[in-house]
Amino acid sequence: MAELSVTGIDAFYGDFQALFGVSLNVAAGEVVAVIGANGAGKSTLLKSIAGLIAPRAGTIAFHNEAIGGMAAHAVVRRGIALVPEGRRLFPSLSVEENLLIGGQLGRPGPWNLARVYTLFPVLAERKAAPSQSLSGGQQQMVAIGRALMSNPLLLLCDEISLGLAPIVVRDIYARLPMVSGEGTSLIIVEQDIVQALAAARRVYCLQEGRVALSGEAATLTREAISAAYFGV
Amino acid sequence: MSAPGTSAFRVAHATPSSRVGLALFAGLIVILAGAPWWGDRQHLRLLAEIYAYMALASLWNLLAGYAGLVSVGQQAYVGLGAYLLFALTMIAGVPPLVAIPLAGVIAAIVAIPAAALMFRLRGHYFAIGTWVMAEVFRLLASQVSELGGGSGISLPIGIVTSIAPTRALREFTIYWLALALIVAVLASIVLLLRSRYGLALTAIRDNETAARSNGVNVARIKYAVYVAVALGTAVVGALIFLQKLRVSPETAFSVNDWTAFVIFIVVIGGVGRVEGPIIGTIVFFVLRQFLADLGSLYLLMLGACAIAVMLVAPKGLWGVIADRFGWQLFPLARRVETGGKPVQR
Amino acid sequence: MEWLNIILQGVLVGGLYAMFATGLALIFGVMRLVNIAHGDLIVLASYVALVATQTLNVNPLVSLIVVVPLMAAFGYALQRLVLNRTLGPDLLPPLLVTFGLSVIIQNGLLELFTADSRKLQAGAIETNSIHLFGGLAVGTLPLIQFAVAVAVIAGLQALFYRTAFGRAFRATSDDPEVARLVGIDNRHVFGLAMALSLAVVAIAGVFLAVRANFDPSIGPARLIFGFEAVIMGGLGSMWGMLAGGIILGVAQAIGAQIDPGWQLLAGHIVFLIVLAIRPEGLFPKVQG
Repeated sequence: MAELSVTGIDAFYGDFQALFGVSLNVAAGEVVAVIGANGAGKSTLLKSIAGLIAPRAGTIAFHNEAIGGMAAHAVVRRGIALVPEGRRLFPSLSVEENLLIGGQLGRPGPWNLARVYTLFPVLAERKAAPSQSLSGGQQQMVAIGRALMSNPLLLLCDEISLGLAPIVVRDIYARLPMVSGEGTSLIIVEQDIVQALAAARRVYCLQEGRVALSGEAATLTREAISAAYFGV
Repeated sequence: MSAPGTSAFRVAHATPSSRVGLALFAGLIVILAGAPWWGDRQHLRLLAEIYAYMALASLWNLLAGYAGLVSVGQQAYVGLGAYLLFALTMIAGVPPLVAIPLAGVIAAIVAIPAAALMFRLRGHYFAIGTWVMAEVFRLLASQVSELGGGSGISLPIGIVTSIAPTRALREFTIYWLALALIVAVLASIVLLLRSRYGLALTAIRDNETAARSNGVNVARIKYAVYVAVALGTAVVGALIFLQKLRVSPETAFSVNDWTAFVIFIVVIGGVGRVEGPIIGTIVFFVLRQFLADLGSLYLLMLGACAIAVMLVAPKGLWGVIADRFGWQLFPLARRVETGGKPVQR
Repeated sequence: MEWLNIILQGVLVGGLYAMFATGLALIFGVMRLVNIAHGDLIVLASYVALVATQTLNVNPLVSLIVVVPLMAAFGYALQRLVLNRTLGPDLLPPLLVTFGLSVIIQNGLLELFTADSRKLQAGAIETNSIHLFGGLAVGTLPLIQFAVAVAVIAGLQALFYRTAFGRAFRATSDDPEVARLVGIDNRHVFGLAMALSLAVVAIAGVFLAVRANFDPSIGPARLIFGFEAVIMGGLGSMWGMLAGGIILGVAQAIGAQIDPGWQLLAGHIVFLIVLAIRPEGLFPKVQG
C-alpha cells in the first residue's frame, strides 16, 4: 500500500506547463530518487507534493487523504516536509533558531534539537551563528535538520548536492540512512545520478515534464538511464 | 516602399478602435472649443474644472501607473504653481498669461533637488515622503506674509483685468487656456508613450527589473518623468487658482482636493492606461453631481469605492473594457509591419 | 535652564512619536506594507477611548484595558479580510487601499463625532510634575508616557528576538514561501502582526487623547511624525526609532520656541537633512 500516491498530475508556472500527467508512488519507509536534467520538472513535482503549487489535474494522496491543492502549511501538518532547493535558510534567524522554527508545529516524533545535533555535530558548535555565515554544506545540513524537526513521515529533498563539493555531498548522503532508518520515507531529487542511484531503491527519471523511465535502481542499465535523461 | 525580400520594417501604432477614438476626440475638441457660444458661465467653469482634474489625473497616472512612482504629495506642485502665479504677478509684475507657463518652469527647477531627496526613499516610504514634501511647501507658504501668510490672499483687480478687457473675454480666455492645457497634456503623454521613452516607460510599468536588465536607464527616466509631471501639475495649479482668484495654504495644498480626488479618479478609471483618467474624471463628476451634498459621507463612499475597485477590479473601468473588447482610444499599440503587411504573430 | 526644560519636553514627546513609529515599522518589517491609514487609526483609538471613558465612567488610562484588545481585534480582522488581499509584488494595491481606508476613517469619524476638538481628562496626573534639580520640572504624565514607550519598545524587542512567536514573525518576514514550509500560516501571522501594530496604536492613541486636543483630521500628521521617526532612526532598528522620535520631538520643541509657526517646519527640515546626508538612518540594521 503506497504511502504517497501521485497520479497523473499536470502542474503549471503561470501559463507554462511544467508537468504532464506525472505519476509516482512511495511506500512507507522507502527511498525513491527522481532524476532528470535541468528544467525537467523535478522541483515542480516536489513543490506540488509539498503544497506550494496546486496541480491543475490529477490527484495526490498521502495515507489515502487527498492533499493535491492543499495549502503548504497544512501539508506539513500531515507529515510531509520539503528541504527546498538552494537551502533557503531564514537570514534573520541563527542556526538554532532555524532548527527551532522547523519544529514549531510540535509534531510528535523521534526528531528534536538534540537528535539533529547528533546527526550533524558541526551545527551544535555553530548554533548561535547567523545562518548565512555557514558554509554551503553546513547550510544544507541546517536545511535538512529544519525539515526533520517537523517529524515528517515523508521527507522531500530538492537537489541537496547543488553547489556543494563532492566530498561534502558524500558526507551528507552518508548520514541520510540515519533518517530513513527511523522509518521516514524519502524522495530525493538529484542531478547527481550516481549519488541518487546509490541512495535509492527505486528511481524515476523525468524528461520535459514526463516520466520517461522508472524502476529499481539496481536493474536499470546505464544506457536506459542516459536515454531517459537526455531523451536521445 | 521597401523592395520585397529586404528586412525593412516599421512600427505601426494605430488600431481600428484608435482611429475611431482619435476622430471622436477631434470632433469633441471642436465642439468644446465653441463652448463660449453655446454654454453659459456655469458650464464654462464646470468644464474648466473637468479639464483641470483630467490633466492632474493624467499626470498622476503617468507618474504612478507608468513610472511606478506613487506619490500622495502632488498637491505640493499644485500649490507651488498657484503660489508662483500669485508671486510672479503680484511681486514681479509678470503678466498672468506669461506667469502660468513660467510657474511651471520654476516648479520643474524646484522639482530637481526635491526628486534627489525623495528618491532616497523607496516604494511606500517614497509615497509618504512626497506627503512630507507637500507639508513643507504648505508650511513655507504660510510663512510668506507678502502672499497673505496663513490666511492667504486674493488676486488684485488690476492683475485680473490685465488678462482681457471684458469679463466675458476673461472667462473665455481662461476656459480656452484650460482646454488647450488638457489637450496639450494628453497629446504630450500620447507622444511620449509612442516614443522610445514611452516604450521604456511601459517596460518599467510591466517589470522594472526586466527593463533594467534590458538596458533601460530606469533611474534617469524616473527622474525625468517626476520633473515633467511637476511642471505640468504646477501649470494646472496656476490655472486653477487664476480662475479661483484667491489662494491660501489650506486650499492650494489640500490633500483632499488635489490628491484624494485625483487618486480616486485614476483608480476608478484604470491605472496605467491613458484612457483611465479620462473615464475616471467623467465618472467622478457624475458622482459629484448627485452625491456631493452628502458631505463627508460622499468622501467616505469614494474611499470605499476606491478600495472595492482595487480589490475586485484593479485595472479599473477602462481596464475591464479594454481587456474585454481590445479597444484603444489612442494610437498607442505597437505592431511590427514589414513592407506594409502586418507580421503574423 | 529654560532651554533645558524645552529640550526635555521634546525628549519626552519623542517617546510618543517612537510609539507611532514602532506600529508603522512593525508591519513594514513583517509584510512590507506601509499603512497610510496608520495615523488615522491612532486617532480612531483616541475616539474609541473617548467612548469607553464616557460609557464606562473610568479614567482614560484605565480605558486602555478595553481599547487595546478592541483595536487589536479590529487589526486582525482588517488584515485578514481586506489587507491580505492586497499583498503581492505590486506596490499600488496596498498603498491605495490604505489610502482609501484613511479617507474612510477620517470622514467616518467626522460623521459620528463632528469636527469638534476633544480632549480626555486624566485628572490630577496631568498637572502634576516632578521637580528635578534647579528649576527643572518634568510633568508626571509625559514621564509616564515616555516610560510606557520605552517599555513597549523593550517588550517588542523581547517578543521578536526571544519568543517562538517573534521567530515566526521574523521568518515570515525573511521568506514568506519557505515560512509556509515549516507550517506557518502566513495569513494568520500577518493578521497577528497587524493586531500587534494596532495594540501599540491603541496605547499611543490613548496617550495622545490625554495629552492634547484631537479631532478627526489630525491623523495624517501623526503618520508623518511616525514615518519621520522611522526613517531618521533607521529601518529595522526599534531603539533607533526611539532615537528618531526624540530627535523629532526636540527639533519641534526648539522650533516652537523660536517661533510657534516653526514647530512643524523645524521637524520636517531636520528630517529632510537626515534624509539628505544619511538616508539609511542613524542606526540602521542590515535590512533584506
